[in-house]
Amino acid sequence: MFAYIVRRLLFAVPILIGVNLITFALFFMVNTPDDMARAQLGAKQTTPEMIQAWKVDHGYDKPLFFNTESAGLSKISETLFVEQSLKLFVFDFGQSDSGRQISADIYERMWPSLAIALPTFIIGLVTNIALALLIVLFRGSVLDTATMMVAVAIMSISGLFYIIAGQVLFSKIWHWVPISGYESGWEGLKFLILPVLIGVFAGLGSGIRWYRSLFLEEINKDYVRTARAKGLSEIKVLFAHVLQNGLLPILTGVVVVIPTLFMGSLIMESFFGIPGLGSYTIDAINAQDFSIVKSMVFLGSVLYIIGLILTDISYTYFDPRVRLQ
Amino acid sequence: MTVSLLWTDMMIWGLILALLAWGRLIGRSAQVRKQWLQVFESKVAMVAALVLLIYVLIALLDSVHFAQNSQASQSFLDALFSHLAHSAERTYSAPFATVEYNRSMQILPNGEVAQLYLPLVHVDAGASVLNHSLLALGLGALIGMLLIAVHLWWRSRQHALDFKVYAGKVWRNQTRLPWRTAYIALLVIVLFFSWLYVLSFSYHVLGTDKVGGDVLYESLKSIRTGVLIGVLTTLVMLPVSLILGISAGLFKGWVDDVIQYLYTTLNSIPGVLLIAAAVLVMQVIMNNNPDWFSTTEERADVRLLFLILILGMTSWTGLCRLLRAETLKISQIEFVAAARAFGVSRFKIIGRHIMPNVMHIVLIAVVLDFSGLVLAEAVLSYVGVGVDPTMHSWGNMINQARLEMAREPMVWWSLFSAFFFMFILVLAANLFSDRVQQVLDPRGHK
Repeated sequence: MFAYIVRRLLFAVPILIGVNLITFALFFMVNTPDDMARAQLGAKQTTPEMIQAWKVDHGYDKPLFFNTESAGLSKISETLFVEQSLKLFVFDFGQSDSGRQISADIYERMWPSLAIALPTFIIGLVTNIALALLIVLFRGSVLDTATMMVAVAIMSISGLFYIIAGQVLFSKIWHWVPISGYESGWEGLKFLILPVLIGVFAGLGSGIRWYRSLFLEEINKDYVRTARAKGLSEIKVLFAHVLQNGLLPILTGVVVVIPTLFMGSLIMESFFGIPGLGSYTIDAINAQDFSIVKSMVFLGSVLYIIGLILTDISYTYFDPRVRLQ
Repeated sequence: MTVSLLWTDMMIWGLILALLAWGRLIGRSAQVRKQWLQVFESKVAMVAALVLLIYVLIALLDSVHFAQNSQASQSFLDALFSHLAHSAERTYSAPFATVEYNRSMQILPNGEVAQLYLPLVHVDAGASVLNHSLLALGLGALIGMLLIAVHLWWRSRQHALDFKVYAGKVWRNQTRLPWRTAYIALLVIVLFFSWLYVLSFSYHVLGTDKVGGDVLYESLKSIRTGVLIGVLTTLVMLPVSLILGISAGLFKGWVDDVIQYLYTTLNSIPGVLLIAAAVLVMQVIMNNNPDWFSTTEERADVRLLFLILILGMTSWTGLCRLLRAETLKISQIEFVAAARAFGVSRFKIIGRHIMPNVMHIVLIAVVLDFSGLVLAEAVLSYVGVGVDPTMHSWGNMINQARLEMAREPMVWWSLFSAFFFMFILVLAANLFSDRVQQVLDPRGHK
């Protein structure tokens, strides 16, 4: 098990290098350090000396991929790409264009993101599974057909609509909750209710459909017939057998998402004014702050890979047939 | 008058022609024809397909641009709605309103200053809504009946039946495909559109936006953007995922390793971020090369093209993984082994055995992706990495209108129209894809 995890972690390294290569190519080839210096210093009266000085100050004074002035291995290691990538690997994201430490910003903004994403995720998962089990219990009935029709409709409406309609209804017309904002601690609960509810509702359509099809596939299997044959009630069959056996496919989809919850939701956070990583990213995109976007891309891929490894590990816990080697 | 096609115009027409050719080609196979007949046996699928067809037709109408004596280029849709394109008011006005949304300061003839609701310029306040509606419905019924009659006549010729006999069968719903439902749906759609069209001459049926533009016109123009993003992205994505997916599954070994590495890497980057990063870079490139395009329209078009390319490049991984798995499975089956033993070349094996057997996966993925892409456009425009802000799109409409909900009284019509037109398209696509999946996916037969 331990050896497996180490191997998977090592396998993650080339992927992260690949991710870095993509972001590096995207950002530095087009927006060269010279361009960045010029943009930062302002268009007026920038001399080559000033640009050079800025590059030295910010550590951008090396060649991109290949240093002809160095000897041996340092031909490759003393380049912008390697230096920038190595820094990312120890989570040193450097400074944003506004001069703030990105790592500190990320640490600070992670918690509001989690405050929204985690409840949305848990409540959403429980609601989806519960409703799916309920309509599987009544499969083939009018309730089933009606729910499926509603589910398609929910799926077909843009998420932006739920947010805007929710804000107008609950905040503007009924004044139940504040329209946007954030506070840490229990005081902030009133700000969280609406985004969490909207997040859960928007995911309801696809969620119910997905879990319903999972359970329906399970319910046609032989062990279910056996369970019924020995006289178990349909509810017991569903909860004791179908739910338990359906857990494995549920895990595949769910565990991978958990680490990425840290990243927050771009749209939710920006609509509700929550100072999380999602709105951080959106602000960076609008301000064209490449260092922040780059850091978020890296962070996102690290979390995704952690999610993949966690998925594999959770398999061994829930399905004894799976052995990791 | 000269036809001046934009890049995306050429792509969409090329795609339509290719689809028609491909349809004829695979239509020769009796099995494929049977499957598609089965798809359309469902009434829901029939209506959904009809709605999709209407959207695609509007998008195509809007994809033939022609320039008239050195003026800005126009599409057929622009020509059809030219009375709306040039009927900008000063500011907001509600649907069917005759006066502006805001009061404005006016000096009366007697010298007094008053706050008045100014009348709208392009509204015929004397026109009776009822009379015009009746006229529109009559016209719509006429056009609808004509279309249905032509189609009935064509179907009866195909069945070598008398027109009346065939019409009777349709009326009693005795045809294999639910034509009666299709005709009713067509009639409703035609009536709706002719009502919108006729009334749009005297009123702003869906109101006007902040700068006085007609919302109905904007919503209709947005159809092209939505449909193009949904359709062309798949066109970009398909060859990549087909080639990579099938080679990974068939050649195995290091080819498989490289391709797996490629899609795991791309997949590990959060989707919106990758798109945002690529779009940011694209903006820098376009700003550095302003001489690539002569008009703002061309600039917006090139941006749309880039966006489609970027979406395609970031969305091939899912289908590629499915195709790889399926190819691995198929290449283990005896008939492929036998073909290989007979010395059939790899390419022939792909063409003869693999492609036909993975086609259902490709089709399901294409139809499924469509609705996701239409919805994604709105979100991307909101984030600021969508289509050009000057382009008509539902995302831009929503983005511009979302702050208007805070006004008193609420300016709801822009948002409502954008969401409505988007909802109908996505709903139709979702319903249709459900049916396609149900028929084509072997697992769905259980």
